[in-house]
Amino acid sequence: MSHARRERWLSFLLVLPSMLLVGVFVYGFIGWTATVSLSQWDGIEPNYAWAGLKSYRQLFTTVGGVTARRFETDLWNTLFFTIFFLLLCVGAGLLLAILLDQRVKGEGIFRTIYLFPMALSFVVTGVVWQWIFAPGTTTRPRGVNALLEAVNLDALQWRWFTSTESIGPFHLALIPVIVAAAWQLTGYTMAMYLAGLRGIPEELREAARVDGATESQIYRHVIMPLMRPITLSALIILGHISLKIFDLIYTMTGKGPAFVTDVPGIFMFETTFQGNHYALGAAISIIMLIMVALVIVPYLWYSLRREVQL
Amino acid sequence: MSKRLLWLLSLLVILSLILVACGGEAEAPVEEAEPAAEEEMAEEEMAEEEMADEEMAEEEMAEEEAMGEQLEIFSWWTAGGEADGLNAMYEVFRERHPDVEIINATVAGGAGSNAKAVLATRMQSGDPPDSFQVHAGHELIDTWVVADKMEPVTFIFEENGWMDVYPEDVISILSYEGDIWSVPVNIHRSNVLWYNKAIFEENDLSAPATFDDFFAAADTLQGAGVTPLALGDNGIWAATHLMEDVLLGVLGPDAYRGLWTGETDWNSAEVTEALETFARMMEYVNEDHAALSWDQAAQLVADGDAAMTIMGDWVEGYYVSIDLTPDVEFGWAPSPGTEGVFMMLSDSFGLPQGAPHRDNAVAWLELAGSKEGQDAFNPLKGSIPARTDGDRSLYDAYLQSAMDDFANNIITPSLAHGAAASEGWVTAFNDVMTLFVSDLDVAAAQQSMAQACADAGVCQ
Repeated sequence: MSHARRERWLSFLLVLPSMLLVGVFVYGFIGWTATVSLSQWDGIEPNYAWAGLKSYRQLFTTVGGVTARRFETDLWNTLFFTIFFLLLCVGAGLLLAILLDQRVKGEGIFRTIYLFPMALSFVVTGVVWQWIFAPGTTTRPRGVNALLEAVNLDALQWRWFTSTESIGPFHLALIPVIVAAAWQLTGYTMAMYLAGLRGIPEELREAARVDGATESQIYRHVIMPLMRPITLSALIILGHISLKIFDLIYTMTGKGPAFVTDVPGIFMFETTFQGNHYALGAAISIIMLIMVALVIVPYLWYSLRREVQL
Repeated sequence: MSKRLLWLLSLLVILSLILVACGGEAEAPVEEAEPAAEEEMAEEEMAEEEMADEEMAEEEMAEEEAMGEQLEIFSWWTAGGEADGLNAMYEVFRERHPDVEIINATVAGGAGSNAKAVLATRMQSGDPPDSFQVHAGHELIDTWVVADKMEPVTFIFEENGWMDVYPEDVISILSYEGDIWSVPVNIHRSNVLWYNKAIFEENDLSAPATFDDFFAAADTLQGAGVTPLALGDNGIWAATHLMEDVLLGVLGPDAYRGLWTGETDWNSAEVTEALETFARMMEYVNEDHAALSWDQAAQLVADGDAAMTIMGDWVEGYYVSIDLTPDVEFGWAPSPGTEGVFMMLSDSFGLPQGAPHRDNAVAWLELAGSKEGQDAFNPLKGSIPARTDGDRSLYDAYLQSAMDDFANNIITPSLAHGAAASEGWVTAFNDVMTLFVSDLDVAAAQQSMAQACADAGVCQ
């Protein structure tokens, strides 16, 4: 009895430091940011006087000024960026993993090559892809446009990330940014899928083959269902990256003409640290937190419940 | 195999955690922002890391010494001529005060956007540097002075007899409630039109003095297959920069100044005319302006792909660095409609309240405002002294002409570079320009600009 109690105490003492650190540096600062977002802090000097939801109203009401218009564009951009970025990463990652799983020669080299972009900083990726997609002019094309001209495909030249065209609320200028982000993180989903594929016991495939299943049937009915938890983890991890994306877009395109490539992270940085609108910046941060929480919390809840059942 | 892969992955994760933990200290929250010249970025980043390392080493060493023997100067001058200029000033300071150790605290990033974030954090937590670089005018006053974070430097001006050697218009830009709040080390001019001399000669053109001349020349150039005006507004401030020069050209100096004090109505017909002029100019701009930075736009003019660009006189420094000769390969003139007016911006140093080594900071400011200090800094930075008695022989043809204009012209404050309006207002204005450069909707832009003035608390 006393032994069990002592053990409980000991375990409590062991987790106490990290609980304190996380409590102060994560939840404490989330609380502080929430307080600031409800304050009148505008300018460099802190001012915690209560302002209610003023900053949030400023972000969502359309009358007067550019703020609300910019934020609405930001939210649409985040939505489309996230959807297409996730589709591309998961789709291409899975495809690469399946191809690598065929025991090709020099697999190690390919695996390293595909995984390598992940080692780069988003800042580096952003700068390089900006050079690639910088459109140039019709008389003097740059980057991809110059390449298209060299192979006589002038018709495919395009304004890339400086284009202000859109389909509904989807700005086409986001496409180059999505390509760059997917280029960087596809290798990561590939590695996850590859690990998953290698974890499937050969007996399962054998059994399916004995039952007369074709290779494609094996993938559809045996392997894909087993990949589901990996897809979920990949979606969660990439999803929270894309909802908070900042550095890649900041270095690659900035907010773009008419905010075509703007995202809440950039808006938050500019309004807080260049415009000194601290309450407004904090409100944007809190909304970003809520967006990420909407993705993460159901996942945590789901996995915790499953752990208990197990 | 999968186990090894998993091991590899988890090792990477652990490694990255360690890296994050180690990296946090030395590298303040620094993201490369609107880099002035992306080519320089890698170098800048390296230089910055080195500097951060040195800084830490220096700090450790210094802790053992007496506290009075240090001077910490905070700036965003990390590369090229400006870093050289800053070092030249440090040299002069070391000669004057050999026993003081200088701590060079720099944060890289174009126009100081990152440095400002770091500075704000330090000031708010009561850890100010001894002196910091700030754009003279409202960027200093509306951010730091009204928040009661600065000490006035009027006494330095009076003790050194500077009231007579600085132009009155400059003193008034530096002043707030009867006191002077920072010491300017240099002056840049915003309203300059740079043009490719060979193209102008081929097409028999001269530098346009008015907007009518400008559009006539632009039509000729377009007919000849040359992009008339180069713009690089990947950092949107470049569009704001062009807009301020158009506003000045259409409204004239008095009405332009009134825009920032509430005396000129943002809804007036003159502002409409300025916006329409800007929209018309955009028809003559390179199509890929949103993808370029200011220096890439200047490069278009140097290469002969475009004929003109309207940008501050750091373009001259850029041209000299790529071996072009002033008045031979490129020419310059005041931007259309601004003859006789000098739109100025200035880097200055202030005295924060609670500076840890106040005496050294005052000595630094005395140097920064002195003839010796300014003549050491400016020829390297490619700007002119804020004093009117600089040594002309140290400056090239363009800078000499700018010194003449600075001494004789009417001086107006630049919006895009912090002299005319608060940072909040400039940020709002930049957002308006982000929409305006693509939709060219004059009515909407004018309404938003009036709204920005009201939001800044200047207009009713």
